[in-house]
Amino acid sequence: MHILLRGRDIKNIDQLDVYEKHDGFVGLKASLAMTPAEVIDQVKASGLRGRGGAGFPTGVKWSFIPQHEPVKFVAVNADESETGTFKDREIMEANPYQLIEGSLICAYAIQAKAIYIYLRGEFWDIGDQLDECIERLRAKGYVGENILGSGYDCEIYTHLGAGAYICGEESAMLNSLEGYLGQPRVRPPFPAQKGGGLYKEATVVNNVETLTNVPFIMREGADAFKAIGTEQSAGNKIYCVSGHVKRPGNYELPMSTTFRELLYDHAGGPLHDDRPFKAMLPSGGSGPIVPLTDEVLDTRMSYEDCADIDTIIGSASIIVMDETVDMTWVASKVTKFFEHESCGKCTPCREGTYWLDKVIDRILDGRGTPEDVKRIADVAENMQGTTLCALGDFAANPIIHTIRRFPDDFAQHVQGEAAAGD
Amino acid sequence: MAIIGNPKYQERIQHHLAKYETKRSAVMPLLYIAQEEYGWVNPEGIGEVAQILDLDPTQVKSIAGFYTMYSEKPKGKFWLHVCTDLPCALKGADDFYAWLKDELGVDDGGTSADGLFTVEHVMCLAACDKAPMLQCNFRYVEDLDQDKMRDLLAKWREEAAQPVSG
Repeated sequence: MHILLRGRDIKNIDQLDVYEKHDGFVGLKASLAMTPAEVIDQVKASGLRGRGGAGFPTGVKWSFIPQHEPVKFVAVNADESETGTFKDREIMEANPYQLIEGSLICAYAIQAKAIYIYLRGEFWDIGDQLDECIERLRAKGYVGENILGSGYDCEIYTHLGAGAYICGEESAMLNSLEGYLGQPRVRPPFPAQKGGGLYKEATVVNNVETLTNVPFIMREGADAFKAIGTEQSAGNKIYCVSGHVKRPGNYELPMSTTFRELLYDHAGGPLHDDRPFKAMLPSGGSGPIVPLTDEVLDTRMSYEDCADIDTIIGSASIIVMDETVDMTWVASKVTKFFEHESCGKCTPCREGTYWLDKVIDRILDGRGTPEDVKRIADVAENMQGTTLCALGDFAANPIIHTIRRFPDDFAQHVQGEAAAGD
Repeated sequence: MAIIGNPKYQERIQHHLAKYETKRSAVMPLLYIAQEEYGWVNPEGIGEVAQILDLDPTQVKSIAGFYTMYSEKPKGKFWLHVCTDLPCALKGADDFYAWLKDELGVDDGGTSADGLFTVEHVMCLAACDKAPMLQCNFRYVEDLDQDKMRDLLAKWREEAAQPVSG
């Protein structure tokens, strides 16, 4: 059953009348009949965790907002830019009203003045589509003053980014919304605190997929949501599968599903039958790479089970690679991504990604030495924990874990005559 | 050419100014309008955006420089942004992009001799299951191969040859 990708089950659910006919805004109406604190309690009880990557409990995040502050905001993170991630795009294209309903419920729960949906600039058409949705909703009293006669007022706006991965980081996104460079802020204060959010007001920043779960929780109850998935990872998750599988795409499955079921039953197994799987990045470029062993394949795709195999499920951007893929090349590709996307604010990330890229290119060219492999591992380790945001850590991950888990792939480039240097 | 006083943009500019708490917040949408008017983010456009928002042109220029979707130099009519990031590369995007550059006789970032196509490799565009893919003027074009791309180039060349209407 789809909770999120309902566009697959219900034709034209991207049309307001169709959405309304299929339980649309039942969750919002139920929320408006409750106190904001009761809404937060229900989302807390559901066990919903943030789907952008960090997995932070959503209701707990909402409860951090100081209710006495007169001005508060919701910022919807639709900047979807992690390598291998394409789930929020399908939600917004095929089921946009559910995202808006979830955003309105969040806004009511924290009594926000307005919602800003921050879309990556390349989602130009989705921005137009959402703007049209918002105007239709306004005409029917779902947006604006006195929403559905509740006395609660809230505006919704879209904002287009312009090509910067870093704006998916919450404090960089807020800077970008304010018209500054999209660079992370020093925390504390955190976005949920006065002084740390949008226009220095307390702000909830939630991912598209996270908020799109909320109408179900408010309509069907916290227990119905909690019944899906695992104890610590409630609900469904959209797994974005790309790379060497027969059927790449989005798969919405309970978080108790194993990688084996996803990659074989749903994604059809290896793209070429004679080339077995070698490895996967389960969380795009950011998370630790893992070899696709039987143990890994039989792991459930939950927050807690992925920790047991020393990786993260994160945004669930599962990039699959078969036995023909050289992990040194993978490390190079991912490093180029982070070198390009580093915002330049923190020295370890800005300089680290630049030099990692240079040295890996040298290794790939056959001009590297075994010391170069040690050097990049050392540089990467020194980037971890030394930057204002997680990008520095993310950029270190592909180096540290490809070297640790696929040492032979690096060794083959730095042995023999080439290793003697030139 | 101008943004200020141009009836084509007034409604959109007012919409953007109204939706934020500060004028400065409208800098990104206004830069897109400048880019639409001039074909790139040129000094005139930067000056006008600065004037509308009561900012210094240097502040506006720093924003234009930070974000990759604002072009600080003139480009062709069609901007082809080809994803060569890991998921697309696993499905042949590097080879596809090398072929496309050859086909158009350009290097990365270059513009074809007829002035129509500017090509650039870009990072993940959220279409990994439909690789190889690109965006043409920020619109998705997916599940590409050489045949399909040749047809598209022909179609776009034809479009460009049509007299401009409206």
